[in-house]
Amino acid sequence: MNWNFWLIQTFNGISYGALLFLVGSGLSLIFGVMRIVNLSHGSYFLLGGYVALSVIWTTGSWLLAIPVAAIAIGAVGLVMERVFLRPLGFDPLRQVLLTVGFAFLFQQAALDLWSGNNFDINPPDVLSQSIAVGGVYLPLYRVFMIATAAAIGIALWLAMEKTRMGAAVRATVDDAEMARGVGIDTSRISMLIFALGAFLAALGGVIGGAFLGIYPGLDFEMLPLAFAVVIIGGMGSLGGAAIGALAVGLADNFGKALILAIKPTGLFGRE
Amino acid sequence: MITSMSSHPFKILLVVVALAAIAVITPGTNSFVILLVTRALAFSILVMSVDILLGYTGLASLGQAAYLAVGAYATAILATRYHIGLGWDFWLVLLFGAALGAALAAIFGFLAIRATGVYFLMITLALGQCVWGLAYRWNSLTGGDNGINLRDRPKFGIDLANEVTFFYVVFGVFVVSLLAMYTLVRSPFGRSLAGIRERELRMKILGYNTWLHKYIAFIIAGAFGGLSGVLWAHTAGIVSPVNVELPTSVDALLMVVLGGSGTLVGGVIGSFIVFGLREYLSTLVPWWQYVLGVVYVATILYLPTGLMGIPERLRQWRARTGNRGEARKLASATP
Repeated sequence: MNWNFWLIQTFNGISYGALLFLVGSGLSLIFGVMRIVNLSHGSYFLLGGYVALSVIWTTGSWLLAIPVAAIAIGAVGLVMERVFLRPLGFDPLRQVLLTVGFAFLFQQAALDLWSGNNFDINPPDVLSQSIAVGGVYLPLYRVFMIATAAAIGIALWLAMEKTRMGAAVRATVDDAEMARGVGIDTSRISMLIFALGAFLAALGGVIGGAFLGIYPGLDFEMLPLAFAVVIIGGMGSLGGAAIGALAVGLADNFGKALILAIKPTGLFGRE
Repeated sequence: MITSMSSHPFKILLVVVALAAIAVITPGTNSFVILLVTRALAFSILVMSVDILLGYTGLASLGQAAYLAVGAYATAILATRYHIGLGWDFWLVLLFGAALGAALAAIFGFLAIRATGVYFLMITLALGQCVWGLAYRWNSLTGGDNGINLRDRPKFGIDLANEVTFFYVVFGVFVVSLLAMYTLVRSPFGRSLAGIRERELRMKILGYNTWLHKYIAFIIAGAFGGLSGVLWAHTAGIVSPVNVELPTSVDALLMVVLGGSGTLVGGVIGSFIVFGLREYLSTLVPWWQYVLGVVYVATILYLPTGLMGIPERLRQWRARTGNRGEARKLASATP
């Protein structure tokens, strides 16, 4: 146990948190604007990964796969919001059940289209290397994950704080009825935010697919983690999502690291 | 929403006839159907407990699989490790499972009951996931991903390994549970639950301790969930983290909505339909899961009151068209 060990654990925790931020921020915004608990959010993550795989198989370009997958799944989210969620009006239970119904449908569709095998998304060789920082070797891919999440987080924050659209979104989060009263088209904002959430989750799926892998069941594994991020950070807040993601990412890594350090056979393992 | 399952003797008679039909017809069919009905009945107890929360108290819980799981895991662990519950003490395990479910609900209730609406949904979901994590990771106790295989069913004078005998035991426990829950929702306590569902603030002002009412309802639902788990463990013969997964909780909730919430028997109908679709369709076509997904989505979109709500909707529709006819007659009579 030395400094390097803890340094690497912290770094791993932050990079995992970066991934969780991509998934959790969308979920948080959707909840904030629409008060919908979107249980198909994990499916967007998984489908994003699968679409990216298809793009990589046909074109061989990882760089192309990222935007194509994110935009495709964003479009899926847009259609789902317009065609199915919007007509339900405000009824939390029915909305939640509807998103679950879709999660099941997506699960089956993914199984049929991409089979039940485990896949890995291989990033280009450039990103597979490690860089040395102060004697510690850091995998470049994880640096890339942190940079991407940071860039997206800053872009989202700027959009929320500095643009007219962002102000409208914040107003809707605070009080949708008042927002409608002053002439904000909350229906359009809901649509955009839902699509944005799906977009971000799919982006997370492509980026996370490199070290989590893409396999059936990943959707319902990511979902509770995304919820943990949202619950810790507070719903509808970007900054909260960032803090929540870091907390969950670090806790996940340090939890494991602590157990490894104290009891190498696991909490309930036998010596 | 009108409180359902009215004391109308006709409706009660209908339920009794349906139950008698199940008890008489099932044993004569093949073992596939017997197992299917037994499964549906065992799971129905959990589904009805979800209805106590959703239909009668207005609490949508997404974590009820946790209570089924503690009952099922307790049964499996006691049976495989200590050989408890394989004789007449099966009945004790049944009570123990219910007590365990109630105890877990008493702990979780403290955290969950404060929240309402979507927040209640999220908290129960998170708590359910905690139990899932335990089942999945606590390898030495739960067998982790593989779960625990139950090789033998109890034997005490009668042999539950016989599928017809076992069916009758599950059927008996199911009927007793249905009666107990029916009595509960018809009792003054059940009435005040319905009051909370309709307007919690008013009940508070009237002097009811609504928190305590909801807390007790949550514990009762947990107890029936645990009971259901004991039966489920012996029905399925295996207990694994699948029983705790979110989809299991969601299944129970969807069955209630499909059949009609606030009716108790609606959930049972939903459970039979879903189990039937799943088991039969999966032997016929590979795309059965789409059918299930479409059934769910269509129910939520077009049938918010569930199957049990159809007669009421028909009546309303008839009344409306009838009125329109009357109006037309009137209009033509007065030129």
